[in-house]
Amino acid sequence: MSQLMSGAKILLECLAREGVDTIFGYPGGVTLPLYDAMYDNPIRHILVRHEQNAAFAAQGYSRSTGKVGVCCATSGPGATNLVTGLVDAMMDSIPVVALTGQVTAKLIGSDAFQEADTFGITRSATKHNYLVKNVNELPQVIHEAFYIAASGRPGPVLVDITKDVFQGNAHYTPVTSIHLPGYKVYTEGHTGQIRRAAQMMLEAERPMIYAGGGIVLSNASAELRELVELVDAPTVCTLMGLGTLGSEHPNFISMPGMHGSYAANMGMYGTDLIIALGVRFDDRVTGRLNAFAPHARIIHVDIDPAEISKIRNADLPIVGDLKRVLPKINAVLKELLPEVGERPGLKAWWKQVREWKAEHPLRYDTADDVIKPQHLMREIDRLTKGEAIVCSDVGQHQMWAAQLIRFNEPRLWINSGGLGSMGFGLPSALGAQVANPNQLVIAICGDGGFQMSIPELATLFNFGLPVKVIVMNNGYLGMVRQWQELFYANRLSQVTLDGFPDPVQLAGAYGFKGRTVERPSELAEALATAFADPGPYLLNVKVAPTENVFPMVPAGGAINEMVLTPPQPAELRK
Amino acid sequence: MLQIISILLENKTGALMRVTGLLTARGYNIDSLTVARTLDPELSRMTIGVAIEPHQRRQLIKHMNKLINVLQATDLTDSPAVTRELVLMRVRAPQESRTAILKEAEIFGARVVDSTLEGFALEATGDIEKLDEFIDIMRSYGEIEVTRGGAVAVSLESKKLRLSPPVPRGAEEGKSEEKNGVI
Repeated sequence: MSQLMSGAKILLECLAREGVDTIFGYPGGVTLPLYDAMYDNPIRHILVRHEQNAAFAAQGYSRSTGKVGVCCATSGPGATNLVTGLVDAMMDSIPVVALTGQVTAKLIGSDAFQEADTFGITRSATKHNYLVKNVNELPQVIHEAFYIAASGRPGPVLVDITKDVFQGNAHYTPVTSIHLPGYKVYTEGHTGQIRRAAQMMLEAERPMIYAGGGIVLSNASAELRELVELVDAPTVCTLMGLGTLGSEHPNFISMPGMHGSYAANMGMYGTDLIIALGVRFDDRVTGRLNAFAPHARIIHVDIDPAEISKIRNADLPIVGDLKRVLPKINAVLKELLPEVGERPGLKAWWKQVREWKAEHPLRYDTADDVIKPQHLMREIDRLTKGEAIVCSDVGQHQMWAAQLIRFNEPRLWINSGGLGSMGFGLPSALGAQVANPNQLVIAICGDGGFQMSIPELATLFNFGLPVKVIVMNNGYLGMVRQWQELFYANRLSQVTLDGFPDPVQLAGAYGFKGRTVERPSELAEALATAFADPGPYLLNVKVAPTENVFPMVPAGGAINEMVLTPPQPAELRK
Repeated sequence: MLQIISILLENKTGALMRVTGLLTARGYNIDSLTVARTLDPELSRMTIGVAIEPHQRRQLIKHMNKLINVLQATDLTDSPAVTRELVLMRVRAPQESRTAILKEAEIFGARVVDSTLEGFALEATGDIEKLDEFIDIMRSYGEIEVTRGGAVAVSLESKKLRLSPPVPRGAEEGKSEEKNGVI
């Protein structure tokens, strides 16, 4: 049974079949036919104020739900504006489908108005991309795009569609299957390797579980938790993996890496077996590679074979989906555990880890006259109890939030981990709020990143999205300033952000409430008021301007040589 | 050292660019590249000659295999394989050296594809080093113009080609729950 339909309608029909309920986008010349078809289509379109934010919002939607996020832009500038958001999704493996309009097929290559080589530009910014010039190919391509975005190691897929494809008519028959002969997804894991991995885990004296974003992406938190309890290993969650093991879990010893906890980094240094699950040994985690976990063997489970032994050689690699592999490892562990007696090594290891934890907990000094940024995060933590969706921008506030806010579940902590895109916080919170209308969604931004995405305040107001925007305002590009202070003799070059707008007037101009807090005594009440407000809220929190993030592993440093407290600059520079 | 990579890929727009893009993104200059249809017109076979630093080799092959359009990428450098190249050249040949040139060509198994008063057009095939030698020798006779075809290679081991089967998709409405990141 086929039906004569326009390309634009076929596209929307395919999206509906993929379960798409929301598109974040911005219309333009060549997408006119598509937007005309959207006019009376049930799929909701969220009109953002910049295409980059459409991509970030689609990520917020996806990261908070696990569903594929969809964004849409016109040709030329619309498409090029998406690029940062796509690369960001690529780095953090977030399933996003981007739809872009392209000039009419016969005009391609003629420098037509708003023409850009989107297919070429986004090739390396996506997991895969398509240029559709024939309306008959459209349904197949759309379903392929969604399949590629969500399967295997997820990622962004862009479909560039010429205007004549939207306008053209075709006999539409629903697609029932797609065939990508060269696209290999390994999910099951090698049975022999799984058994050996379980044995290694129980033989290790100082095991350490290193869990990352892959656990979030494969929805394997419950399986991770079971593994953690069976092996009884101290567990670190990376910046992308926060929440996969609840922050309250007794085995959780915080985040490792450049701004990780003392216990996490000492643990990663001293361990004899790293159980790496859905992680990629990022340089921000490992520090100087030859000093990273020098005594450890590595079990590395990842769905992407190219991650295995990329940075650190895996002694026991398993390629597969954590959701499938972890239960199998757990089953073998349960079978082996009764035969394993006392594990005295493990006992001693735990004693050591607890000592590290007690020796240098993540702590900070409070002050009476000025709000410490850490105090702000602690207050947010106290009020949200690990249950709110927290979307962070990039910089110092991101690190403090990651260190100090608890997350009981995965998909609550949303941040630009790999690419570190400033401006991510507000639009991703927008997308997360669209997907979770009844949940408290907080955007934590610095005053720098916030000013990159101010226009989206209008979107919050338009769609009645009650996002609480918390600006940690120190008047600086704080992370850059911190590095200039520590490594460039405090020569502060282009990091001062003067002229921050008055938040009461700014939010008021957009139609909602804003407020500034400066005194520590007001902070708790101000946050509570903001969180209780039914609408969006802009809270500008003025914090101690020159506070630095610690602990810190200086770039190129070894993780066991982290700096715990503010040092003398000379000490770090040698 | 030059690495020879053999790639079986879908014969589609942009597929070549995806493969070469992995190399250019890492700053590698491609020494030679050939690509042509296979028996199955929907597929192409590509041979790339490129000098990749040893520590990146395995990684790059994995990345090539990850490309959606690539069915199989194989590093032939250290495995049994035959590599050949075609060279076409024009040699200026004055009367006194014509015989000598033809003799040399014969030694290298080259064929004369055109002969004029000015000289010859020659065609030679062989492994890369042998062709380098041939070119050097011909150069000693004077001005030459050379077009090299780029390396083509075939593995001498049979490699199992694992292809993904078709995936059911899209037909039913409202089945969105099951595709939450896990397939």
